[in-house]
Amino acid sequence: MMTTAASTIGIAHSEEVEHPDTLEMQTLGFWLYLMSDLIIFATLFATFTVLGRNYAGGPTGKELFELPYVMGETLLLLFSSVTYGLVMVAVHNGMKKWVLIGLAVTFLLGLGFVSMEINEFHGLIAEGHGPDRSAFLSSFFTLVGTHGTHVTFGLIWMAVMMGQVAGKGLTSPVQSRLMRLSMFWHFLDIVWIGIFSIVYLMGVM
Amino acid sequence: MYGKLSLSAIPYHEPITIGAVGGAVLLGLVILGLITYYRKWTYLYKEWLTSLDHKKIGIMYIILALVMLLRGFSDAILMRAQQAVAAGGSYGFLSPDHFNQIFSAHGSIMIIFAAMPFLVGLMNIVVPQQIGARDVAFPFMNSLSLWLTTAGALLVMVSLGVGEFSQAGWSGYSPLTQIEYSPGTGVDYWIWSFQIAGIGSTLTGINFLVTIIKMRAPGMKAMRMPLFVWTTFLTMVLVVWAFPVLTAALAMLTLDRYVGMHFFSNTFGGNMMMYANLFWTWGHPEVYILILPAFGIFSEVVATLSKKRLFGYTSMVWATAAITVLSFSVWVHHFFTMGASPNVNLFFGIATMLIAIPTGVKTFNWLFTMYRGRIRFTTPMYWTLGAVVTFAIGGSSGVLLSIPSADYVLHNSLFLIGHFHNTIIPGAVFGLFAGYYYWFPKAVGFRLNENWGKRAFWCWLIGFYLAFIPLYVLGFMGMPRRMAYYATPTWHPYLLVAALGVAVIGLGILFQGIQLLVSIKERRALGDPTGDPWDGRTLEWMTSSPPAVYNFPKIPVVNEIDAFVDMKEEGVAYQRPDQYNDIEMPKNTPHGFIMGGLAFVFGFAMIWYIWWLAILAALGMLFTVIARSMDDDIHYVIPAAEVERIENERYRQLASVAK
Repeated sequence: MMTTAASTIGIAHSEEVEHPDTLEMQTLGFWLYLMSDLIIFATLFATFTVLGRNYAGGPTGKELFELPYVMGETLLLLFSSVTYGLVMVAVHNGMKKWVLIGLAVTFLLGLGFVSMEINEFHGLIAEGHGPDRSAFLSSFFTLVGTHGTHVTFGLIWMAVMMGQVAGKGLTSPVQSRLMRLSMFWHFLDIVWIGIFSIVYLMGVM
Repeated sequence: MYGKLSLSAIPYHEPITIGAVGGAVLLGLVILGLITYYRKWTYLYKEWLTSLDHKKIGIMYIILALVMLLRGFSDAILMRAQQAVAAGGSYGFLSPDHFNQIFSAHGSIMIIFAAMPFLVGLMNIVVPQQIGARDVAFPFMNSLSLWLTTAGALLVMVSLGVGEFSQAGWSGYSPLTQIEYSPGTGVDYWIWSFQIAGIGSTLTGINFLVTIIKMRAPGMKAMRMPLFVWTTFLTMVLVVWAFPVLTAALAMLTLDRYVGMHFFSNTFGGNMMMYANLFWTWGHPEVYILILPAFGIFSEVVATLSKKRLFGYTSMVWATAAITVLSFSVWVHHFFTMGASPNVNLFFGIATMLIAIPTGVKTFNWLFTMYRGRIRFTTPMYWTLGAVVTFAIGGSSGVLLSIPSADYVLHNSLFLIGHFHNTIIPGAVFGLFAGYYYWFPKAVGFRLNENWGKRAFWCWLIGFYLAFIPLYVLGFMGMPRRMAYYATPTWHPYLLVAALGVAVIGLGILFQGIQLLVSIKERRALGDPTGDPWDGRTLEWMTSSPPAVYNFPKIPVVNEIDAFVDMKEEGVAYQRPDQYNDIEMPKNTPHGFIMGGLAFVFGFAMIWYIWWLAILAALGMLFTVIARSMDDDIHYVIPAAEVERIENERYRQLASVAK
């Protein structure tokens, strides 16, 4: 970037680009935010691990979880990550129409995931197995629900981005935001794999 | 419609509280009146509330910190006064409920709303300049962090007059904080003020990490950064690692209270110790977040005011890194007595003792820096010396407490209170004061009056010893913490001495206030025309005092540790550039301030169960974020001609100071 010869101590050359790379900084900053979010999830996971067998005479995971249903949710979310990957390919190729289509498909898949999750929660609460029933259920609803809340915010963000892409086109700031949404979306996918494994799979064993 | 809120929330029947509220409201009205009288609303809005300038944000953080320091200190006065009279059969003048709220508010305010904003404020003013940058990485997020922190502070202040504060201490242990045992609004005020300010802190952490990683001047390799930048960096690593744990823990406690979940309850499978573990997983790194910036300040002050390069730069960096990592491995020492096995306690006891080693390295390096230096005994040096000597005692009492069997006797006694005040006050607070005196001229353009500064220092130092050394003795005599009244008469004389100590500290604070007024009055005589009042070693002394909004007209190139000293020695420190360029800076925006206001409304609505208002405020915050994201026109350009004009004025001022 800059020479360190004695003649240049003190003052940069006047032709030098003086503002740092905004895209790099935004990406790094967002990555750090995701890592802080990961710690929130890690705390919830730790809590689930500690409290996860405290059924207080209530139902266990084995009795409550329906693995085929959870498999359906998983497929929706994982596939939505694939479609978002395709969105990023379209962004790099400047194909605005395909970006919008890809975002819409991803949105629908994500909406499907959240709907299934709300349905699952509703069913459990209606049967009296709500988060106030036991420590196990508190930690289950909170861990899974926090993930679902993040996905919901991602969907809102996605809708806003569809508006921005349609209105402004694939400008530099818009591309930067799509990149960060991409990181967010894939991150939530990874967290879901953790949830699927530790909460559901290990819960029914 | 109003949730739980009604006129009965105002504590009409408590004279002390109503007096305090009345005084605060009166003071607020006076300030608002003065702003109106001098027609400064537009100026305030345009230049300060909507500013994204890191230097102004830093100053606002420090103003918040000083105001909250006064509030926390008045809590301290009340506690010492109460304990000075409530001996034998007397119950003093504060009911136990009120006393509980006071110690809870005192700790919460001092840690989260006085110390944290103070250190973040200094980092804001100094770090971008020290790395040769024009601002932080995310100026809008910086403003957002400031106003979120202010929202949290405002919630605590409002709790005095509307409802009550928590009685569960600043640590908020379950099951006392569960809804059955604390059904009022107190714990909710505590939760939401911490939660909102905590988000602000996390965002600051991200901001400064990216700033330091990505925005250093060319040639400033990692091992050429000033120590204050290193300690800021590592402190922010701690912030980003630790604060999310607090966010999650408080969220779970909130769910317990609001929705009847069972994370930390003592029924239906909840685990109370899970709260303690999560809280202290954050809580211990938090106290290192408080101390590391102060250590960075000591390194800067000691080097500059001894006219000597810091001794052992490399070991200083590694020692700070070691403290950062180790601080995550010691949290159980906050509850040795809560049932862990001897082996568990042993591990954490040894880990705790280990932290003393890098701290010792740093202490000796400061001493070796001073040895054979040409020391100037100015106010920042006074605070630094007083700090290093007194902090060593506090650290030693910590090592004593780290022995589990000793802690079984001393846990939750006044010995503990002595220990942590003995580290926080001389360590963090004196360090922050040293930084305040050191960098005040840079931020504002004139120095602070030395005489009043030294008088204030002596009052704080002597007052500190009077107020806290007796607490060590009382701890050994068996006095527990958080006692509103007591029957043991032998404790009384020590508590009288402690009360005297608080009065002496109060005198010190008064002197600091006088110092500020005197310095403002004498600002022309105390002016800093060169921008380098201490013959500084690092890049922030290269800018004018106060700096231009863009800090540096040309980003400097760095070759060495203590870059500015290197430039002065090479004779290139004030070299005029051959040409100036346009400079792009972030535009002001009210969105950060608006988000802070909405966060306050959200917190208040959640506390009082006014659900419709909470939803509205939350939606408002969401729409503000979306609106901000729609705005791509967030910079403005300072034309090269304007930069040249500002710099020509600077060179004129430099020339007028004949050497």
